[in-house]
Amino acid sequence: MSTPYAKLPAWADYGLIPLINLSVAFIVAGFVVLLVGENPFRAAVILVEGAFGKGTGIAFTLFYATTFIFTGLSVAVAAHCGLFNIGTEGQAYIAGLGIAIVCLSFDSVLPWWLTFPLAIVASAAVGALWALIPAYLQAKRGSHIVITTIMFNFIAASIMVYLLVGALKPAGSQAPQTRNFLAGAELPKLNWIIELFGAKIRSAPLNVTFLLALAMAFLVWLLIWRTKLGYEMRTYGHSPKAARYAGISETRIIITAMMISGALAGMMALNPVMGDQHNVAIDFVSGAGFVGIAVALMGRLHPVGIVLAAILFGMLYQGGAELAFEMPAISRDMIVIIQGLVILFAGALEHMFRPYIQALFASFSPRSVGMEAVKGKGA
Amino acid sequence: MDFVNAIVQVLDSTIRLSVPLLLACLAGLFSERSGIFDIGLEGKMLVGAFAGAAAASVFHSAFIGLGMAILISVAFAMVHGFASITHRGNQIVSGVAINFIAAGSTIILGQAWFQQGGRTPALQPGERFESITAYVISNFLSTYSFSTASFADFLASIRGLILYLPALLIDALARIPGFGPIFAELVLGHSILVYFAFAMVPFTWWVLFRTRFGLRLRAVGENPAAVDTAGISVAWLRYRALICTGILTGVAGAYLSMVQNGGFVKDMTAGKGYIALAALIFAKWKPVNAMFACLLFGFLDAASIRLQGSPLPIVGKVSAQFMQALPYVLTVVLLAGFIGKAIPPRAGGVPYVKER
Repeated sequence: MSTPYAKLPAWADYGLIPLINLSVAFIVAGFVVLLVGENPFRAAVILVEGAFGKGTGIAFTLFYATTFIFTGLSVAVAAHCGLFNIGTEGQAYIAGLGIAIVCLSFDSVLPWWLTFPLAIVASAAVGALWALIPAYLQAKRGSHIVITTIMFNFIAASIMVYLLVGALKPAGSQAPQTRNFLAGAELPKLNWIIELFGAKIRSAPLNVTFLLALAMAFLVWLLIWRTKLGYEMRTYGHSPKAARYAGISETRIIITAMMISGALAGMMALNPVMGDQHNVAIDFVSGAGFVGIAVALMGRLHPVGIVLAAILFGMLYQGGAELAFEMPAISRDMIVIIQGLVILFAGALEHMFRPYIQALFASFSPRSVGMEAVKGKGA
Repeated sequence: MDFVNAIVQVLDSTIRLSVPLLLACLAGLFSERSGIFDIGLEGKMLVGAFAGAAAASVFHSAFIGLGMAILISVAFAMVHGFASITHRGNQIVSGVAINFIAAGSTIILGQAWFQQGGRTPALQPGERFESITAYVISNFLSTYSFSTASFADFLASIRGLILYLPALLIDALARIPGFGPIFAELVLGHSILVYFAFAMVPFTWWVLFRTRFGLRLRAVGENPAAVDTAGISVAWLRYRALICTGILTGVAGAYLSMVQNGGFVKDMTAGKGYIALAALIFAKWKPVNAMFACLLFGFLDAASIRLQGSPLPIVGKVSAQFMQALPYVLTVVLLAGFIGKAIPPRAGGVPYVKER
């Protein structure tokens, strides 16, 4: 047996176990709310109402979700290849530089539908380049990619701060950010889609990058499960030895996977920069890259799961803002705890409840967990 | 004299800034040598800092604070162990989770308990670890008297007697003209946690390379199956390594909030756990090297603060961001194999499966 665990039916594997892990994470988070002296059930109601109660809330939820779809996909693509890209944060941050260059040069000349594709290419290219060096070092020099990408996060932050307090800052301004983009670099809002369903929206930053994110989710699915490259990536992720034996170039596959991952991370920057703030400011990523880890793990590395998980985290971000309003004791940092708990229970402790569920299934119907096959092998 | 003064000041802040790195780095050394990657140093330091400052201000005692910092930090280390040793989860994922839980919970609980925007109340004298200055020493010498009035007095007198001779010696050294003030600033003038941190370097070396526990700990990081075959529990050994990690990150956190700052401020570790990780790689997983790596990174930090805006003789003006990024750049260059080769413990990051 290559895995220490026997098989479960697919619906239990992809539905029941993540659901249990997620519930445990939320129950523990509920205890934290209790510790703070608030009612966790009321908090949950406020959170869900804040996220989905009004049209504006839904639009904000989807706006945050857009960001997390990109970072989640980024982490997932690398993970399929057995690489832990913790550098999504830095790749997205430095991609802001690419977007800044495109937008600051063209926003007065081109309409948004020409600036946007240029910015997509620029952000993806810069993000991919930022992932290239750690990937190369992993492939050629065996430097651990987790450590190098962490280091690159800090290096990216230093570079961006250096540029934003220096070269990119307009003369005479105090704030460490670029000048505001003109109309040629402002993305159109998508709020009318939600208004189609009869909801009213005051102002929300949901914009066309949401559609780009969904398109990317589809492309990632296509890449991972329907192309030769995706098959090679999964092979390498599953067993580097097998991949080498099959003649897959280790260097090529690591570098390709990381560059795709970096490109997806870079595109994340489009959403807050061009869709919402219309400038590049210090720390505009604000942890979204790390949320991507939670999103990817929760979505079990599948684009559909990632989109759903991203919407859930979008809900937490939007609802969390409302919650902080209603319950002063709970700030938005509650989300950071929930995020951590989700990563812990859906990621590191993924298999904690598995043996019990397996035993449960075995007691109902031994065939569903493949008991006979195991007996036959004498394992 | 001005120049000497500046150098002494930079060296002094180098020591101050490298202490938390050093403690965290040695903490990482224990866990990584036993084959457990620990990205969660940052988070454990953070909860240590919070628990230390909170307990110290509530119970009005620096030592209760330190104890609490260690306790909570070890508890978080045990969560890491539970996930990555018992349940064989991904160690990196678990470490990332711990960092998030620490970052969020310290702010939420701090706000709920103290209502100061995530801070803990400013620590009063006696609630934080004071630095041992020339003043403290001479004050101690002048007020010391031997008394047998009560049992408590007698104990205090005995304790004072043990400290009397070193205090006398230090006081005499500090009075030497020229050398004395520098000595008083650089060698004295720190809190006991600083001396603890530097004492931990030879101690860690001794534990890892001269004791049976250390030998087994290193073995379990290289080849756990061999240790298992010898009839030693891999899991228990790794748990013990993580307890050491927890203790040291707890002290590191306590240093941040109870020595350097006089209170907890949200997110006060600010990436120090990651720099410590970088220093650990830079030191090639060796305790004495770790000290030099941390001093180097501490020096870069101190120099970047000192040099803010003022030009250097040869290279001209160096931006603060460049100095801040230098530790990370150096680590990447090292990892790339351009300055020697950093070879991690062989079983690092791989959960041990007893049998298949």
